[in-house]
Amino acid sequence: MAARRISSLLTCSLSASSSVSSSLLSSIGKSSGRYASVKRFSNAAALEDLVVPPVQISYTQHLIDGKFVDAASGKTFPTYDPRSGEVIARVAEGDAEDINRAVAAAREAFDEGPWPKMTPYERSRILLRFADLVEKHSEELAALETWNNGKPHEQATKSELPLLVRLFHYYAGWADKIHGLTVPADGPHHVQTLHEPIGVAGQIIPWNFPLLMFAWKVGPALACGNTIVLKTAEQTPLTALYVAKLFQEAGLPPGVLNVVSGYGPSAGAALASHMDVDKVAFTGSTDTGKIVLESAARSNLKPVTLELGGKSPFIVCEDADVDQAVELAHFALFFNQGQCCCAGSRTYVHERIYDEFIEKAKARALRRIVGDPFKNGVEQGPQIDTEQFEKVLRYIRSGKESKATLECGGDRLGTKGYFIQPTVFSNVTDDMLIAQDEIFGPVQSILKFKDIDEVIRRANTTRYGLAAGVFTKNIDTANTLTRALRVGTVWVNCFDVFDAAIPFGGYKMSGIGREKGIYSLHNYLQVKAVVTPLKNPAWL
Amino acid sequence: MAAASRISSLLSRSLASSTSSSLLSRGRIGGVGRSVVCGYTTTDAALEKPITPSVKVSCTKLLINGDYVDSASGKTFPTYDPRTGDVIAHVAEGDAEDVNRAVSAARKAFDQGPWPKMTAYERSRVLFKFADLIDQHTEELATLETWDNGKPYEQAAKVELPMISRLIRYYAGWADKIHGLTVPADSPHLVQTIHEPIGVAGQIIPWNFPLLMFAWKVAPALACGNTVVIKTAEQTPLSALYAAKLLHEAGIPAGVVNVVSGYGPTAGAALASHMQVDKLAFTGSTETGKIVLQLAAKSNLKPVTLELGGKSPFIVCKDADVDKAVELAHFALFFNQGQCCCAGSRTYVHESVYDEFLEKAKARALKRSVGDPFVAGIEQGPQIDSEQFEKIMKYIRSGVESGATLETGGERLGDKGYYIQPTVFSNVNENMLIAKDEIFGPVQSILKFKDIGEVIRRANMTSYGLAAGVFTQDIDTANTLTRALKVGTVWVNCYDVFDAAIPFGGYKMSGQGREKGIHCLSNYLQVKAVVTPLKDPAWI
Repeated sequence: MAARRISSLLTCSLSASSSVSSSLLSSIGKSSGRYASVKRFSNAAALEDLVVPPVQISYTQHLIDGKFVDAASGKTFPTYDPRSGEVIARVAEGDAEDINRAVAAAREAFDEGPWPKMTPYERSRILLRFADLVEKHSEELAALETWNNGKPHEQATKSELPLLVRLFHYYAGWADKIHGLTVPADGPHHVQTLHEPIGVAGQIIPWNFPLLMFAWKVGPALACGNTIVLKTAEQTPLTALYVAKLFQEAGLPPGVLNVVSGYGPSAGAALASHMDVDKVAFTGSTDTGKIVLESAARSNLKPVTLELGGKSPFIVCEDADVDQAVELAHFALFFNQGQCCCAGSRTYVHERIYDEFIEKAKARALRRIVGDPFKNGVEQGPQIDTEQFEKVLRYIRSGKESKATLECGGDRLGTKGYFIQPTVFSNVTDDMLIAQDEIFGPVQSILKFKDIDEVIRRANTTRYGLAAGVFTKNIDTANTLTRALRVGTVWVNCFDVFDAAIPFGGYKMSGIGREKGIYSLHNYLQVKAVVTPLKNPAWL
Repeated sequence: MAAASRISSLLSRSLASSTSSSLLSRGRIGGVGRSVVCGYTTTDAALEKPITPSVKVSCTKLLINGDYVDSASGKTFPTYDPRTGDVIAHVAEGDAEDVNRAVSAARKAFDQGPWPKMTAYERSRVLFKFADLIDQHTEELATLETWDNGKPYEQAAKVELPMISRLIRYYAGWADKIHGLTVPADSPHLVQTIHEPIGVAGQIIPWNFPLLMFAWKVAPALACGNTVVIKTAEQTPLSALYAAKLLHEAGIPAGVVNVVSGYGPTAGAALASHMQVDKLAFTGSTETGKIVLQLAAKSNLKPVTLELGGKSPFIVCKDADVDKAVELAHFALFFNQGQCCCAGSRTYVHESVYDEFLEKAKARALKRSVGDPFVAGIEQGPQIDSEQFEKIMKYIRSGVESGATLETGGERLGDKGYYIQPTVFSNVNENMLIAKDEIFGPVQSILKFKDIGEVIRRANMTSYGLAAGVFTQDIDTANTLTRALKVGTVWVNCYDVFDAAIPFGGYKMSGQGREKGIHCLSNYLQVKAVVTPLKDPAWI
């Protein structure tokens, strides 16, 4: 149970062990018993000798109408191992015609059934069976995820796969609890609302958490009785195809879930502007999110949910326990190679503890273990691809040029793949690019503040509003910051707690709508009001 | 009070006792006999000498930050009396700079307060007071509404104004009942959601129900603690300016509600694309709605609610009481000069009752009293302006050209203003433009059907999905149709029941989101998740 939360290992160790500054290392390492074999990031030898992933790639075609099929064009594209930049496999490349076929299958499965015409209980049973199958195949899935994405295998196995299973259990439980309302009328009428499935949902997911994003999108859409065309990120097409296969095994009827691999401007755009798609959910960058919404507006006005970028503040107040704050701020930024939309990428530290914090944050980053993500104890693998790798290094140069102080890191690691040293900048100011843009990499920017009002103003001076971390023991400070920060999630003395029931989403240009929890159901339901006159009603 | 709040209340009451002249019976309730006005063909004389409205136009400037001000450019535009086409008044013409000023007033009232920093109870008190003032000023408001819009005065005074104060009281009651949730966690954390006001709401309203749309937009936004910049339709700027004055008398702080008169491509576009506006709600045509959504996408991704066009089916089943069905179908289409987004503009009649229905529908249309909307007993006034008038006449010509049978009407009435004869087409089929496009005028299109499966398919064959009427005594037929129709509201054996608690909005290209009822609150709230670790919790 505890393993189901990304931050669980961290928080457990924070309360139990006294050596706070190495919790991810110590707890992961201890539980596997092999952490000593890996050294800190400056030792790049481990990168030369890559572990061979213990998994076979069986699914590389589109899944349309229950069958794995080639692309209409016959084209394929390569998908890479971020540890080496080598090709793992070639995958069917979807384009407009493949999307058309997938939408037609989803349309039929929705309009003719059987999916929305099955009872919610039958739908929930299929979701539960799927969750069981995922549990059974956790090892292969986690290996595939790490191979294609570069994230630590232990993180995939011990945190993300259990989170995926838990989320499907959660939405399976919702399937038969989607209640409409009976509504008080102003006259002799019987009024009710029906909450109906919206139809064919188009879903476009990113590469940073391929399986988790699959779950966030597919879980609620299926629970509500919709059918789906899902487009995966071109960097990470493999795991979604694998779990989609498991879904067929679990008894999902053909056409209910269709998976198309491909690129955004071709397959993604075709999905967002499709006239027979009733809803689009997108997770990705703010720039692309704007295009998706415009495509929906120009085509058939399908409602759109967006989970976009962030530049989330992590605020360390003057009463904070510095050691714990350092560890949590480190985790908030560096988790998943810094490739989180909600990464705590502006570390605001109160001036009274600033110097101590810098010293310890630097020490913690220097201790961070970077290496082959298949090795136990490794905290950080490679960035996803060469484009992201170059972008992150460009921001590091920008940080230096704009006179932030480079405390540690700043270079690539090794000569193969996309490894980057954990990097810490201090003396960052709000006008620097590294404090404004989403870097999406292992680059921590530390800023100094004097008082609460000032940090509220500065934390809110951004077009983003996804999340925030607040580190304080003072309940008034916590309450003040919690209300004042214009963000969709406030983690107080914790970060990246992703329980299934907690809604996630952005204020401002970080997105529209919420995923997870009860709130995500609204994204996949239409509300129909039904009104009938009452003859001689006993009451009104 | 309660009964008077429903548009259809007079109709449905009369249906219970007498049948085919219910709207006319309103004249009786109003204490004025039907002798003044007869069927539409004999009213030409009444159109010659329009009654002089008993109200002075006192508010013609923009309302910004609590003050009536000229537009930045000093420009004004004329607003017309649809009975004659004569100018009623010149109104300050808002453009981008005026919208900027209004937004910065709203921004300040939101960011610095006092509005969102007042208690919810205090906000509800202001809204209750506002509703009382609306009731006190019903006559002036209804007169202004009829003068500027052309709708029957009795309809404005006896139905719409009571609906407005009722809706404001409904949302006043919500203000102190906006609960967040405490959320079950998967681990020792306290999880809660806070439902916060979203910020500055931009609202753009149409001309067909100027005051009612003002209430639908402003009341929930204010109840949730937001501030507002509202742009009225250029055809009907007067009543909202008056109502906003009452809102200030009721104690709303300066800057909380700002009213800008002006045109869509200038003031409307500036509001939709404004970077400091946090939310946009629009009611109007589907075409404009698509532009509004694109502007929001291109600017700051503000969430958008849209209430757009419709081509709502009204389905008369074979078991229907033909007299009642005729009356209800007539009402569903002709109400408010046919200028309703949810007008029942495709009257599907089962073949077994088709001929009888046709004959009676024609007779009912011939009996409809058209004339000066200030005259008691009048059911239909002029269309809003020359553009709409010409558009409707074009559709009537199109109906004739496409081979539909013109049963009655089809011409303008009188030679002044924008009156059109109640028009009925039979033998309409789905290929005809009059069965596809939103005509927004007094033109009823009657189509024949054979069986339920067929009428479901035909009723859903449209890009719209706003509402539907179903007329049957058979509970199975009612339930089948209710589920199958892809529309936001199904009125079974009634139509245009608009109680405050009933959500209203569209499937497909009829819009996004719901207004009225509990569902409208989420349009004006952001969801913030707050997570804190628990130390030694007694339970999780």
